[in-house]
Amino acid sequence: MFNKERKAGRFGVGLVAIAASAALALTGCSGSTDDSTGMATDGASETMAGGDANLAITFLPKNLGNPYFDTSNAGGAEAIEEFGGTYEEVGPTEASPTAQVPFIQTAAQQGVGALVVSANDPEAICDALNEARDAGVKVVTFDSDTNPECRDLFINQATSEGIAQVQVDLITEQIGDEGQIAVLSASANATNQNAWIEMMQTELEANHPNVELVEIAYGDDDDQTSFDKTAALLQTYPDLKGIVSPTTVGIAAAARYLSTSDYKGEVMLTGLGTPNQMREYVEDGTVEAFALWNPADLGYLAAYAAQALITGEISGEAGDTFEAGKLGSYTVDEGASVLLGDPYVFDAENIGDFDF
Amino acid sequence: MTSTSWGAAEQKSPFASLTHIIKARETGIAIALIAVIVAATAVNPSFLFSNDGFRDLLLTPSLLMVTAVGVGVVIITRNVDLSVGSTVGLTAYMTGRMFIDFPGIQPVFVFLAGIALGGLLGLINGALVAFGKVPALVITLGTMYIYRGINVAWAGSDRINASDMPASFRELGTQEILRIPVLTIIAVVVLVIAAWYLKNLRSGRELYAIGSDPDAAHLYGLKVTRNVLAAFIVCGALAGMAGVLYAARYGTVSSNAGYGWELQAIGAAVIGGVAISGGVGTVWGAAIGAYLLLTINRALPIIGIQDFWQRAVVGILIIGAIVLDRVLAVRQHQRLVESREGAK
Repeated sequence: MFNKERKAGRFGVGLVAIAASAALALTGCSGSTDDSTGMATDGASETMAGGDANLAITFLPKNLGNPYFDTSNAGGAEAIEEFGGTYEEVGPTEASPTAQVPFIQTAAQQGVGALVVSANDPEAICDALNEARDAGVKVVTFDSDTNPECRDLFINQATSEGIAQVQVDLITEQIGDEGQIAVLSASANATNQNAWIEMMQTELEANHPNVELVEIAYGDDDDQTSFDKTAALLQTYPDLKGIVSPTTVGIAAAARYLSTSDYKGEVMLTGLGTPNQMREYVEDGTVEAFALWNPADLGYLAAYAAQALITGEISGEAGDTFEAGKLGSYTVDEGASVLLGDPYVFDAENIGDFDF
Repeated sequence: MTSTSWGAAEQKSPFASLTHIIKARETGIAIALIAVIVAATAVNPSFLFSNDGFRDLLLTPSLLMVTAVGVGVVIITRNVDLSVGSTVGLTAYMTGRMFIDFPGIQPVFVFLAGIALGGLLGLINGALVAFGKVPALVITLGTMYIYRGINVAWAGSDRINASDMPASFRELGTQEILRIPVLTIIAVVVLVIAAWYLKNLRSGRELYAIGSDPDAAHLYGLKVTRNVLAAFIVCGALAGMAGVLYAARYGTVSSNAGYGWELQAIGAAVIGGVAISGGVGTVWGAAIGAYLLLTINRALPIIGIQDFWQRAVVGILIIGAIVLDRVLAVRQHQRLVESREGAK
């Protein structure tokens, strides 16, 4: 469902004091090691190079008015302000496959330095992107990638391993590393969820011998089905300690059921969710913590990556490294992609800082 | 078809036996429902005896029940409404939207607005069917997509979250009076009114006459157009009400809310003995059918039956209900023939 979720892209706005300060602290720490002292120097020289480079960067989200992209693009704007470029956001009102094409063409004609795109379709905007690249525009995709040959760099929000790991960590911590848990997934053939669940099973077997995964239920990414499946799980397994729902629809429905049930506070729930969906349930104590990436950081990193491409600091080759302000330094992986990092954990402490 | 053969005779004498059969039919569904509850409770006592279990047993089917009552009324007139799922979705989304756009609005206005919107959507269906003389299956298939399309265009990638709606409204989804959930009480009140209307009021009986034989009803002087229109409005309004309740119950509304409900509602009505060919059945049957359908859905995973079989069982129930209809109709036909022969 995550795919669908991203296509439908229902996430939102907001910036994160705590994440920001945590990230700053991290950068500060790593700054003291030899490694990143070199990095910092790079950063400085590149800022100087930025003086004559074309640092006009245009963000092109899947659609406008989408809180998820409002959040990510605000992160991008923050980064661009930091390194002294010009930020612009354009985009279609609806997330249809070809709707982004005219915006790409306009940006190329305007001669912007870089385009940061979340693709509505991996194929449909390829030609337009390549024309823009021929005209000298650097293309960075984030959130949702195009085919690799149509862009210079992809900013990947999370890896499957990271997503599986954080969910296992959260649930095992919440139930005291012992007892029965169940998974409430999307549909039985959802590729993303199945990959994550498989990794979660491996991780549970390897490192959490006292935790038993008793059932994988499928809520079909439908509010009502997920809701009813949660009820069935709770009744079928009276000793159930926790539920993991690696889908934003599932976790919200499960939380809604739990919050009105006798099991509230007794059965733990975690998984992947968005702060706006989960706010109610975190505040009323149904849910302790859940995970997702931080879209503001994603946009921030994409902007710095675009800047590094413009200044020629990186070319998109594997092994290239660049400095991304408060987030620290990043290395380009195989397939010209950059990984944002581990998923971000939302809890009662920080959920108030987010609005998406 | 079956109802046509009954049509003429039904007006006069065999009324007693007819009601008897229908009664037996609903009793049968009710027994099946009780059997499912007993079986699930035997495997897992919390199905009935835990707080959550008892509440869910009553609560979960309530929304479908309201929808099925409306669809039942339309099917009785020998029409069908495929757009109710989309109507539920649209009104559920509007419910959330009203709470966001008009902070502090009284839930009662939201209720009225939901019912009004549902009624309007039903009016559109009814007008197209009644005035256009086009089969309801085609018209409502079209409006099903149109209403869903409007919902998708309106909601886009947005979604109503629980925190968007006031707690007092959401509590409606779980509140209980004497351990009976409020939503169930609302649904039962709707059911009783609809059943009483269909049984006792002249215009209610006219719906059966129209469903049995629309042409004969027209020749007899019944206002077919007006009655069909009214049936669709009632159906839409009830779906609209279910949409408001959906928002209260599930707390999250996205553009696919109520997806597939039309078929569940029709399935519930058919299982409950409302003949798809019109003129036969009661909303009591449709309501019990809704309870049976969703209780089976809830019971099968508890008994430990896989997803696939859960769906297959629902399918078998629907086919079984239609086969039973057919068998009863053939028997009735034979009986009528025999009594005619006997009279000679």
